[in-house]
Amino acid sequence: MSAHLRHLRYVMGENPVTLFSFVLFFLLLVLGLFGPWLAPYDPLASDTANALKPPSWAHPFGTDNLGRDVFSRVITATRLDLAISVAAVSLSFVAGSVAGVCAGYFGGVTDKLISRLTDTIMAFPLFVLAMGIVSALGNTIENIVYTTAVINFPFYARVARAEANSRREAGFVEAARLSGNGHGRILLFHMGPNIMPPMMVQISLNMGYAILNAAGLSFIGLGVRPPTPEWGIMVAEGAKFIVSGEWWLAIFPGAALMLAVLCFNLLGDGLRDLIDPRMRT
Amino acid sequence: MKGDSLLLIGRRLLQAAPVVMGIIVVTFILTRALPGDPAVFFAGPAADEKSIAEIRASLGLDKSWPEQFWVYLQNLSRGDLGKSISTGQPVMEEIATRLPASLELTLMGLLLAVAIAIPLGILAATRPNSFVDHLCRIVVTIGVSLPTFFTGLFLVYIFYFLLGLSPAPLGRLSIIHISPDHVTGFYLIDSLIAGDLEVFRAALSQMILPASTLAIFALAPLARMTRAAMLGVLSSDYVRTARASGLSSRTVLWVYAFQNAMLPVLTTLGMVFSFLLGANVLVEKVFAWPGIGSFAIEALIASDYAAVQGFVLAMALMYVLLNLAIDILYTVVDPRIGLEG
Repeated sequence: MSAHLRHLRYVMGENPVTLFSFVLFFLLLVLGLFGPWLAPYDPLASDTANALKPPSWAHPFGTDNLGRDVFSRVITATRLDLAISVAAVSLSFVAGSVAGVCAGYFGGVTDKLISRLTDTIMAFPLFVLAMGIVSALGNTIENIVYTTAVINFPFYARVARAEANSRREAGFVEAARLSGNGHGRILLFHMGPNIMPPMMVQISLNMGYAILNAAGLSFIGLGVRPPTPEWGIMVAEGAKFIVSGEWWLAIFPGAALMLAVLCFNLLGDGLRDLIDPRMRT
Repeated sequence: MKGDSLLLIGRRLLQAAPVVMGIIVVTFILTRALPGDPAVFFAGPAADEKSIAEIRASLGLDKSWPEQFWVYLQNLSRGDLGKSISTGQPVMEEIATRLPASLELTLMGLLLAVAIAIPLGILAATRPNSFVDHLCRIVVTIGVSLPTFFTGLFLVYIFYFLLGLSPAPLGRLSIIHISPDHVTGFYLIDSLIAGDLEVFRAALSQMILPASTLAIFALAPLARMTRAAMLGVLSSDYVRTARASGLSSRTVLWVYAFQNAMLPVLTTLGMVFSFLLGANVLVEKVFAWPGIGSFAIEALIASDYAAVQGFVLAMALMYVLLNLAIDILYTVVDPRIGLEG
């Protein structure tokens, strides 16, 4: 373990970008957990006398068309945005790992069925498929979560399948089988821990995509309803004001969104370097 | 060798069949997974039991699922995707009239991305750790993190509001211009056919911002793949041999390295196109572009299911077609494939 820590410190020292992404990640975590208490104003309180004011000391990100403080809204939105994508990614991680490991380990019909399923999902442009699923399931936040989970499922299933497949005949699996372990035990306690590292990399690389996707859906008016602070819908509401020059309504939530996605992408690259230095590009 | 290629192309076409079948099954399930009873929905709020039952029968919803699927297939083969509730027109027609606008925008974005990403990736690979290499890395990292709708709005703010260089983000042509006669549906091409340079310029100026938005989005994966593939190829044995044999560095780069490096880039292009079809929806909303993306968003908000599912199906089939085209191109470009068969 200490070797891991030393390697971690080495990677961090080598790569300030990864360090930056860890700091950003910590910031997001704090905002997500304590956002409502850190925001200087009530994100829903309107103050029409102060509508559409540019950024100032009192309102660092300005105020929107109803006089709400954009800074407070951006901070409060962190929780919802992260919650949607964390929930979606967890769902697709669990479902994808189970399906992928089974496909890789058992092979045969199981493999055929699961591979066909992932291929079919991947045959769609994913954002378009997401729109179709939301329209069929109904326009709610939960359905945005399920939809995002479905379109990310193939990424996890494919990685898990490849990893499990390459370890199917490995010595430690044979040994576990010979000492009388059932398939369930082998998959859970022998395969599981071994495919974790690449799956973790997949999670952080996928997180950014999940955030973008969920925000994209709310940008076109699906899922989250207007007064709720959420980055995608805030950009959508602010879009009307861009052409008349009130840029702060859309640009700040958009920038928050970008930083969050950037953070997870950099984190994913950093984790990959940590786990598999050969993959470095 | 020619026959082998044809055989491979034929086999590839056969492989696409189950994928298309899968797409049709999924869209069928989506149309049938409507929340609540579609018959009640179509009948409207004032309907009684009897009229709901009539509508159920007329929609074929009283039949079993396999029967319904069969009817769905028959309708599809006739190009019948149902009627859009919001416009009252057949969905097929709605999509067909709007498709050129979306396709023109998407292809323009893709073209722009390829034109920037490939030279950038090659320059970065041939000059490791130079300014270009760092620029490439920054572009790639930022590019994948930018939400397309944010990029679009940002460009509108800078180039329309601040600099006044581009026209208002309101569709394909400003109202003072009349759209060119319909030949291909692509305004840029149609205006040239009509010989109307004024309209061509106007259409182009409307196109630049949305196409750039899409290009910025598509650039990152393409540049990344070009750079990685080029680096891999340049350190390969056959390039070393070519260099050792005294070939000029230009010949080595373009004849030996470039052609081989383009194969994985071609594969990435397919994936990028899939992303672009999704991003296109967002960009169309930002720029009020009258394509199928805007149509689908309106349909989604109005719970116009037939229209949304028609849109999903059309996009997926388009993506399959493009992947087929890329694979066929692959067999033509890659000299090894013909030899192996």
